[in-house]
Amino acid sequence: MTETLIAHPGARLPEPGPLPNRLQLTDDGQLRHMLTIEGLNRELLTEILDTAESFANMNEKAVKKVPLLRGKTIVNLFFEASTRTRTTFELAAKRLSADVLNVNINTSSAVKGESLLDTLRNIEAMNVDMFVVRHEESGTAHFIARHVAPGISVLNAGDGRHAHPTQALLDMFTIRRHKGDFTKLKVAIVGDILHSRVARSQIHALNILQTGEVRVVAPCSLLPADVDQLGVHVYNDLDAGLQDVDVIIMLRLQRERMEHAHLPSEHEYYQLFGLTSRRLQLAHPTCLVMHPGPANRGVEIESAVADGPHSVILEQVTYGISVRMAVMSMVMGAHQA
Amino acid sequence: MSVLIENARILDPVDGFDAVGSLCVQGSEILARGQAPDGFEPRRRIDASGLWLIPGLIDLAARLREPGQEHKATVASETLAAARGGITSLVVPPDTEPPIDSPAEVELINRRARQACGVRVYVLGALTHQLEGQQLAEMAALMQAGARGVSNASKPLASLLVLRRALEYATTFGLTIVLSAQDPALTGSGCMHEGAVSTRLGLASIPEAAETAALGAILALVEQTGARVHVARLSTRRGAEMITKARAEGLPVSADVAAHQLFLTEVDVAEYDPNCHVIPPLRGQRDRDGLRAAVARGDISAICSDHQPHEPDSKLGPFAGTEPGISALETLLPLTLRLVEDGLMSLHEALARVTTGPAEILDFAQGRLTPGARADFVLWDPTAMQEVRREDWLSAGHNTPFFNWTFSGQVRETWVAGRPVWTLPTEGNPEDTA
Repeated sequence: MTETLIAHPGARLPEPGPLPNRLQLTDDGQLRHMLTIEGLNRELLTEILDTAESFANMNEKAVKKVPLLRGKTIVNLFFEASTRTRTTFELAAKRLSADVLNVNINTSSAVKGESLLDTLRNIEAMNVDMFVVRHEESGTAHFIARHVAPGISVLNAGDGRHAHPTQALLDMFTIRRHKGDFTKLKVAIVGDILHSRVARSQIHALNILQTGEVRVVAPCSLLPADVDQLGVHVYNDLDAGLQDVDVIIMLRLQRERMEHAHLPSEHEYYQLFGLTSRRLQLAHPTCLVMHPGPANRGVEIESAVADGPHSVILEQVTYGISVRMAVMSMVMGAHQA
Repeated sequence: MSVLIENARILDPVDGFDAVGSLCVQGSEILARGQAPDGFEPRRRIDASGLWLIPGLIDLAARLREPGQEHKATVASETLAAARGGITSLVVPPDTEPPIDSPAEVELINRRARQACGVRVYVLGALTHQLEGQQLAEMAALMQAGARGVSNASKPLASLLVLRRALEYATTFGLTIVLSAQDPALTGSGCMHEGAVSTRLGLASIPEAAETAALGAILALVEQTGARVHVARLSTRRGAEMITKARAEGLPVSADVAAHQLFLTEVDVAEYDPNCHVIPPLRGQRDRDGLRAAVARGDISAICSDHQPHEPDSKLGPFAGTEPGISALETLLPLTLRLVEDGLMSLHEALARVTTGPAEILDFAQGRLTPGARADFVLWDPTAMQEVRREDWLSAGHNTPFFNWTFSGQVRETWVAGRPVWTLPTEGNPEDTA
């Protein structure tokens, strides 16, 4: 995206990696970056959700803007295509009165030989305050957080298969609005856990919030190694996995999973792991149906379920703005009263 | 020139020799070990009281980055780093740019080595043309040019049929074939060990079976062809057990392990530390312990550095996009001796894994201190404490996870062919190379 290469004199090899909290929290436990849910504590997650709640109330009013981040510049640095996530980050920033710069970097910069760090330095030189980063490689947000100038915050908007913390937070927000207490809930996450950053962040968030039971449901070819060590019960049968659950989170199935021999066909996947009206009846009668979007209707979810009374899929999108406002205001040290 | 090194504790793993005494050097060879022969009149005497005198190390895998990647390192820079690490002979895998698949590349590297500090540099020739895995390389020509064995480095072969033919052809000349056990499809784009940590970090992973499946195929073809195969850089407990079993059955196989695999695990990747990005990957605790046990038994008979120096940019990025490898020449000896401190093996056994063990694999005459052997040796100060520090580092590659580690003991002098090639700088006399 930029034409010049800056050899940064301060660029050095990163020191051995600190634990996530040493990187993303300040010494007094405040959020400096939002890189991953892992390692955060219940108080902090609750604080984020409470802050988001106050913004949600505001977002329902006619005047949807507060001056909390006036004069701040937020850069959406997206190395991977995304419409919804980028748009909600942009709206969140604008409702906090920040200036927003959208930088979509496709592979052409990489072809020109511009490194990630060069890109970062170039934009950093424009005196920005926050990077919202999405990248196809796991660990990118950590890498950027380690190398940005002090005072710049990094929000992870999805890195490879690793983490998508604000998505998980908006899911928790949605669940809390409908269900309140997490400790009695059974939650099933269904689908391609192996490739899902969303699932990983959701699992961490649900466990930190002391959810009664977290299940993952998938064929063995879509489960990562030792997934139970993340603190989940593993089901290979959807009917069993849905039994009495209070929340069902469906994950999107990418077409390339068929090409790379994870699955035989969309048809067989839908037969075995698609959420249908019939299967929904196995869950608790007041069960919520969630999906981080965009849903593949007829592949992982039946249209009637996606659009049905249990579905909160569109609410998730709406709450995404409030949650991102909360995280942005907190990392900028501008907490909502 | 004749030199008498006196009062050193001489440790020679070739026969378990361990005594305080003298080493007599005549020209480039060792004249006597233990006691000076009557009438030996040295031109120079060195008092090595308090020091150990051990054979110079033989490292089976060190990338020097020449030709083709001089921005990472050079033969000159890395042989000096080797000398600082007590390594007097090293073996370069054929994956240079271009690959070592003709006598021209062998000669180029030999020429560079002659202009460098004096550490002996050997090469492995390519097993296949351009390491492409399809057509056999001209192994006989490579051997005549000086290649010590043949290898496809970590590049895949097109099929097991190509591997079979390559083993058969190499056996014609008695060449040792050095193979890495790594199934390319199971490895895929993986960048770390498959397990709980890769799941947590969301990194594409390499399963244990990438090693064991490939190793199973290699062992089947060794049995079929009788070829002498050396398996390079084992990383799993199961792989080490397969080697143990194959050797017990009398198959002509040997194996080595990179020193870092005996100390680090997947957990050291922590939060995407690119200095812990290596292929084969750092694996689990059980694997590390299994590899250590196989080294102690001697079924893994060599510990190598698997030295891969990189320029800073190669390690500056998200984990999977960084280049794998550790700059490791300068930590090979301290790590190997740490195994003795850890109670895993005797001093002689540990020294054998970096001297006589590798010597046997590629038929080197050095790696011993017996009369008539090449005068390649190291004077080691066992009482010095050595912190691994960037400012002391001689390799052009600063990519090591071992900075700030402290080791007991330090190389004082390294000698090749009867002359010192490196001397520890001392205060007031920093340039003294005696």
